[in-house]
Amino acid sequence: MAENMSVVLNVNGSGRSVSVEPRKTLADAIREDLGLTGTHLGCEHGVCGACTILLDGEVVRSCLMLAVQADGAEITTIEGIADGDALHPMQSAFSEYHGLQCGFCTPGMILAGIDVVSRNPDPSPQEIREEMGGNICRCTGYQKIVESVQAAAAAMSAEGGSA
Amino acid sequence: MKPAVFDYSAPESIAEALGLLAEHGSGAKVLAGGQSLVPMLNFRLARPAHLIDINGVDSLSYISANGALRIGSMTRLTALGESGDVAGAHPIIPAAVAQIGHRAIRNRGTIGGSLAHNDPAAELPAVLMALDAEVTARSADGERVVGMQDLIEDRLFDTTLDDTELLTEIRIPAAAASSSFGFQEFARRHGDFALAGVAAVITTDGSTITHAALGAFGGTHATRLPTAEAALVGAETGDAAFAAAGAGAAADFPSTSDVHGTAEYRSHLINVLTVRALNDAAGHTGGGNG
Ligand SMILES: Cc1cc2nc3c(=O)[nH]c(=O)nc-3n(C[C@H](O)[C@H](O)[C@H](O)COP(=O)(O)OP(=O)(O)OC[C@H]3O[C@@H](n4cnc5c(N)ncnc54)[C@H](O)[C@@H]3O)c2cc1C
Ligand code: FES
Ligand code: FES
Repeated sequence: MAENMSVVLNVNGSGRSVSVEPRKTLADAIREDLGLTGTHLGCEHGVCGACTILLDGEVVRSCLMLAVQADGAEITTIEGIADGDALHPMQSAFSEYHGLQCGFCTPGMILAGIDVVSRNPDPSPQEIREEMGGNICRCTGYQKIVESVQAAAAAMSAEGGSA
Repeated sequence: MKPAVFDYSAPESIAEALGLLAEHGSGAKVLAGGQSLVPMLNFRLARPAHLIDINGVDSLSYISANGALRIGSMTRLTALGESGDVAGAHPIIPAAVAQIGHRAIRNRGTIGGSLAHNDPAAELPAVLMALDAEVTARSADGERVVGMQDLIEDRLFDTTLDDTELLTEIRIPAAAASSSFGFQEFARRHGDFALAGVAAVITTDGSTITHAALGAFGGTHATRLPTAEAALVGAETGDAAFAAAGAGAAADFPSTSDVHGTAEYRSHLINVLTVRALNDAAGHTGGGNG
């Protein structure tokens, strides 16, 4: 076993120190060492998008990074986007427009949706489908997800574009 | 834990990375964006004893556009696709990058990793072949410059890089002022690896084609399409020349069958995609100051 390394993960605004083997993926460290199980693991090889997080503000697959690579980076997971009890507009829209059924893909969908809207405040359904093609959902058939992201985009613009 | 055990180093300079490669050689793997290597680690298809993470080597991440375009191997695909310098010099590059995976993949994946990994269905090896790019490979013993064709040869998931070599830079000569491009691929869904695709760069003198460079991917390995190129050079742009090039491309293409499609189907795709790419090239001029 390779020696553990000490890593500081700045997750959702607070710095947390963990000791991990170099081979531990960031997704596993988030789930097992930090106990933040909202980040889901579907495929663990980059194709499903369930493990999507924001790393320094950019969407990445947390199953395709090592925890040691995220030392010092700013990480946002699904647990970090609500403002206390007030849901993020993307979360509210998924709830209101039935953008989820079983919820397994939802954390990744919501973070990917936030990323799409941050780059394109008024995305068309076609643009949403193309941009979020890397996030797979086995339940909804996607129609409601696209509607949710569009509704969230409108709500976020009305709020002044704050993500 | 998904990956097998490995030792981990994170060098901060090229020299340090080359020293580690010299020391660990075939037991080591370079970790760039990790978008191909980490899946292989997770499946334990790759079990390197030592991982050399070059994400901290800042001097490998740059785009410089003085004359030839020079791109550091750690340049992320998102940065490559969004660079005004790259789009100005070779607009085929952002057109191709947009087809690679998804945003989250492109935010981490790098140009050097894409070439070193050399997936036969990857866009960039074929595009950079068509652009006559060359790469710099460095080791503790020195450096050499390798043309894209010699880097790839007929290989798949492998290149002619030595175990102790680091790919550091990609250099692309300036496009002729009157060159234009077409890029076409067919994938089951946007972002999936393509079943087949064609990158075409042509130069015309009025309506006669003076230079044609075509790269194809999705077969057994990335390749230029010499028969198609020969059918184009000296011909007038238009349906007759493009049809001949399509047939030539299908003849040149190292087609292959798998669960996604038969070799016959892929050859047919290459023919059709070549004609479409050439029509695109004839319709819109890019590159240089065109
Ligand atoms: C869901 C998904 C979809 C994808 N779709 C596509 C697609 O449509 N088209 C496409 O082209 N790619 C696709 N990819 C692959 C992606 O583009 C990868 O990023 C790329 O192939 C490898 O680049 P990387 O920087 O991630 O390299 P890594 O995964 O870090 O490394 C890949 C290999 O290259 C070696 N290597 C990396 N850098 C160097 C270097 N500088 N010198 C020497 N060796 C080096 C590594 O040792 C390793 O063997 C996809 C990936 C995923 C997960
Ligand atoms: S678990 Fe990471 S992409 Fe599927
Ligand atoms: S809601 Fe079940 S997978 Fe998307």
